[in-house]
Parts: sequence; C-alpha cells; structure tokens
Amino acid sequence: MNIVVLIKQVPDTWSERTLSDGDKTLDRASSDAVLDEINERAVEEALKIKEAGDAEVTILTAGPDRATDAVRKALSMGADKAVHVNDDAIHGSDAVATAKVLAKAIGTVGEVDLVLAGNEATDGRSGAMAGMIGEVLGWPSLTHANALSVSDGTASIKRETDEGTCDVTASLPAVVSVGEKINEPRYPSFKGIMAAKKKPVSTIGISDLGLDASEVGLEGSLVQVDSFAPRPPKSGGQKVEDEGDGGQKIAEFLVGQKLI
Amino acid sequence: MAEVLVLVDHVDGEIKKNTYEMLTAARRLGEPSAVVVGTPGTATKLAEGLAAHGAEKVYVAESDDAVNFLSTPQVDVLAALVERVSPPAVLVAGGADGREVAGRLAVRTNSGWLNDLVEVDGEREGTHSIFGGAFTVQSSATTDTAVISWRSGSIEVEENAAAGTQETVEVPSIDAARSAKVSNRAPIVGGDRPELTEATVVVAGGRGVGSADNYNVVETLADSLHAAVGASRAAVDSGYYPNQFQVGQTGKTVSPQLYIALGISGAIQHRAGMQTSKTIVAVNKDPEAPIFEIADFGIVGDLFSVAPQLTEEVGKRA
Ligand SMILES: Cc1cc2nc3c(=O)[nH]c(=O)nc-3n(C[C@H](O)[C@H](O)[C@H](O)COP(=O)(O)OP(=O)(O)OC[C@H]3O[C@@H](n4cnc5c(N)ncnc54)[C@H](O)[C@@H]3O)c2cc1C
Ligand SMILES: Nc1ncnc2c1ncn2[C@@H]1O[C@H](COP(=O)(O)O)[C@@H](O)[C@H]1O
Repeated sequence: MNIVVLIKQVPDTWSERTLSDGDKTLDRASSDAVLDEINERAVEEALKIKEAGDAEVTILTAGPDRATDAVRKALSMGADKAVHVNDDAIHGSDAVATAKVLAKAIGTVGEVDLVLAGNEATDGRSGAMAGMIGEVLGWPSLTHANALSVSDGTASIKRETDEGTCDVTASLPAVVSVGEKINEPRYPSFKGIMAAKKKPVSTIGISDLGLDASEVGLEGSLVQVDSFAPRPPKSGGQKVEDEGDGGQKIAEFLVGQKLI
Repeated sequence: MAEVLVLVDHVDGEIKKNTYEMLTAARRLGEPSAVVVGTPGTATKLAEGLAAHGAEKVYVAESDDAVNFLSTPQVDVLAALVERVSPPAVLVAGGADGREVAGRLAVRTNSGWLNDLVEVDGEREGTHSIFGGAFTVQSSATTDTAVISWRSGSIEVEENAAAGTQETVEVPSIDAARSAKVSNRAPIVGGDRPELTEATVVVAGGRGVGSADNYNVVETLADSLHAAVGASRAAVDSGYYPNQFQVGQTGKTVSPQLYIALGISGAIQHRAGMQTSKTIVAVNKDPEAPIFEIADFGIVGDLFSVAPQLTEEVGKRA
C-alpha cells in the first residue's frame, strides 16, 4: 500500500506567537517551531499499517526550509521517504490554495491509496484540510478518527468530535484525518535517527507541480488579511487572600458586576 | 436584496443557538435564507424558530441520505444553492462538522473561506480572534461568495420576525463509491446544562479538583449559576471529567460573560481557550498561579471551601 502522511511544522505553543507586520502572515521566524503533535500520531498510524502488512510511507510537507526538521523527525520515526514542497511563492497561501498544492503534491507520489493528516493543526486551526484535499482529489475523506482500520480496499474509522461519535467507511483511495486519541506516537530510536539522515527527501517547487505562482501564495489566495492588531493583554484585577469568606467576596464582586 | 445562506445547525429536531447568531449576522449582509439539510420531517420542527430569528426563506433539503454520508449532503446542497442564488456569503457553524462543510464548500465553489469569525460587517469584512485572543485580525474574501464559519457565542442573538417561506430543494444523489458512509451516529447530548460554547457562564475545574468524585463541587456551583461545566486538559487527562468539556487550545474556545476557574493554574494553552471571557474569576491556592494575571477577581484559597460557600451565596440571591 502506498501511504502519504501530511505533516506540518508549527510554532511551539509555549513560545510567543505573532504576525509579521509586512504581509500579515504568521511570523514563523519569531517562534520556535516543532512538528505538530497531531502529525506524529498520523505518522504512527501509517507505521502501524506498514508493520502489519506491506506499505511504503511517504512524508509530505509544504513549508519553508525549516520544515526539514519536522520531515527528519517523521523519517526518524520510521517513514521511508519524503517530499518537501518548498517554494517562496507558497508563502501566505490560504486554506484553499494550500489544499490545491498538497493535492498536486500527492499526485507526485504515484498511485496513492491512503493519505493521512492531522485533524487540526495548532496554528491555523482550519481543521478541515483532509476534507478539502479530498474535495480537490474527488476522494472520500474520513475525518477525526480515533481508530482506523484498512482492509480489502476499504478504510473504516471511528470518528469522534465534540459533537458526537459515529463509524465511517469509504473505499480507497481516501483521505483520513486523525484525532488526538488515536494512538501514542513512538519516540524515534537512535537507529531511526541515524537512518533518517540517509532517507531520500525530494525538494520540489510549484512549477514541478504544474502550478503557476498566481495560483498560490498571497496572490492565489481567495482571502486577504486587511489588518491585524494585538489585543491589549487582559490585566489582572483584584486578588484577595481567603479568610474564610472567599465565597462571599466573590458573590459580592459578581453582584457588583450585575452578574448575579 | 441579496440572499445570504445560513446552514442550520440542528440536533434531534432542535436548533442550536449558533444558528440564531448566524441569522443575526447574515442580516447585516442581506436577506437571510436558512438551509435545512436533514431527514424527512426535520424542517417542520425548525420552521418556527428560524422565522422568528430572521429567516425570510427556508430551503428544505430532506432525504434519508442526509445522515448517511459525512458532510457530503450539506456540501452538495449548499453548492447547488450557491450556483443558483450567488449569495455574498454562506454561514456555517464553527464546530468540527461545520468547518468541514465550509472548507469543502470553499474548494468546490472556489470561494474564499473566512474561518472562525467572531464578527462581520455589512462590507463583508470579517473579524477573527486568533492565538487565543492575543490578536484581532480583519480579513475579507476576494470572491463573489464568502464562505464563513462562525464561532459560537460571539454576538448577541436578535429576534426578528420574518416570513420563513419554505421551499423544497433536492439533496443531489450521492456517489456512494466516492463518499464516506456513516453509521452508528451518536450525537453527544449535553443533558440539562447549557452547551459549553454557548453558555453565558462557565465554571471550570482543573487538576486542583483532585478527583472525579470531587468534581461535584464544580458541578454544584455551575448548576447554581445555570452554567456550563468546563475542564482543563490536566483534569481531562486525569480522568476527572470527559474530554468534550476541555477548554483550551486543543479543546473548546469559550467566551462567556463569566468564567470561573477552580484549581486551574492558567497555562498558556488553557488561556487560549478562555481569555476572551468578559469577566474571569479564579480560585487557586497558589498566589503565583498565572491565572491571576488575567482574572478580574481572584481568591487565593482552597477551592473546596470557597466554591461551596459561593454556591450557597448564589442560592441566597436566586
Ligand atoms: C500542545 C498542547 C496543547 C494543550 N492544550 C490544552 C488545552 O486545550 N487545555 C488545557 O487546559 N491545557 C492544555 N494543555 C496543557 C497545559 O499546558 C497545562 O498543562 C494544563 O492546562 C494544566 O491544567 P491545570 O491548570 O488544571 O493543572 P495544573 O497546572 O497542575 O494546576 C493545578 C492548579 O490547581 C491549584 N490547586 C491545587 N489544589 C487546589 C485547591 N484545593 N484549591 C485551589 N487550588 C488548588 C494549584 O495551585 C495549581 O495552580 C496543552 C499543552 C500542550 C503542550
Ligand atoms: N503546509 C502543510 N503541509 C503538509 N500538511 C499540511 C499543511 N497544512 C496542513 N496540513 C495537514 O493538515 C492537517 C490539518 O491542518 P490545518 O488544516 O492547518 O488545521 C495538518 O495536521 C497536516 O496533516
């Protein structure tokens, strides 16, 4: 089976996140970057399928030079090879443009059976990339999986969202997005880390995908950011030590605020 | 005036409050048309509420297939309507299901997608609140139709009596071979408490609550305030409270009038989900807990004595 795992480098949520003044995009240089936790789970799921049978696992990312670190991490977990779409023209792409780029890039991997993605990245929170890529490719998308099984050309998942649970099945090729509960990703072993250094990573640009610069990036996006402003940080108000009347004090405060 | 489409968010024959917010927002952009996608008989139950909140038209797309496939029926119905009425905007609820419909619809119709809006004005300028409220971003779609996914709890619902004229539309037949089939649907029903993202008041507990049993301290206070119950990730991971109540970066984003945090330290990822709350009250043993940096009112003390006392005080005033 030919599996593609979509991974994304995101700013570490522990570091300060900001937007750049110039083009109002995420300022990726100002914060530490990490492989998104949810993507490690997507990689893990692909490796489980590989270990249970026979599969080739290709990592795919669209991002700047620094995304190489995330790619290496995924390879060190055990993926076989990687495609890195790295092109200045992509910078500033909206979700629709990103979906088009990723869908085209999936096409470079040959006859793909299964695409795995995270259900929601910690930075963009569009949380719909799997469905969107499915839409571009005309493939079914099975989203928010907390369990996945693949057999006889069919993918089945247990879907779990805040709104409820259900079972979803579809025939391959298909796109599956994984949720937080699907598995516990492995740590790369020392051997894995060493092996990753020799695994093939093909770095390509949008012209290799048959795309024109006007179709991606800020230019190709259907949404434009007009302005942004930091919100003044909320400052703390009163803080009082409980002297046995803490509950009453809160009640008085709430009455003062007309909240009760 | 241009028709603005609003996909009705409903469960078990009831409209979710988010839909009313979207109808309110849609009115700024044109004439709201509600779109009901559901099993046969659904629209009859929803018609009254939709008309009372400004739906001039109600498109009724009913079919058993509506629940047998994942988001495809909604996308198909909306795409056909977009083609037909060229709306300046289509509004969809901002939950996991809604975002999936929105993202796919944006691809299908090649429209700009404004995700997670908290506000929109008559010029189709949308406002997002990102990085847990640290930034406000204004954006707009450059396409004829904007697909908008709406963050629930962002604006006041307005009642607005409208015609609510029903029109039946087709649920296009679905190619089963290329679609994701759904079975064993089990919607999470919130019970008697208000839904977390829609509640006016949220009372949340953290690791400080100590156990699942102790959580009744949180629930009792919540009930006295007609509040929803929330939890930090530590509380969820420790098994004190179910996952769907998690507030924060990897949980729900809430923005209630009042948020009461009990035994929550206030880590950045938790704050990301609640710091746009209008008023924040915190109870924590540790005077240095970061939650106090954003609390309008904080008590340094033991939640097990403060919370029950507060419950009692609220009871006295009820
Ligand atoms: C990628 C990522 C995503 C995350 N997403 C989320 C998220 O969505 N939501 C989230 O909440 N967290 C999230 N976290 C975790 C977050 O970093 C914190 O670990 C978590 O919020 C801590 O929860 P807590 O405040 O309940 O626990 P703690 O930090 O352990 O704090 C417990 C607090 O309770 C106080 N306390 C103890 N006993 C009492 C008592 N009897 N009375 C009063 N106070 C008491 C203590 O003083 C302490 O301040 C995420 C982390 C990462 C890395
Ligand atoms: N630039 C990208 N490169 C590769 N995968 C991506 C990219 N953006 C999003 N994805 C995938 O889509 C998932 C959801 O991301 P998002 O839609 O940003 O919430 C991520 O977890 C990835 O699997």
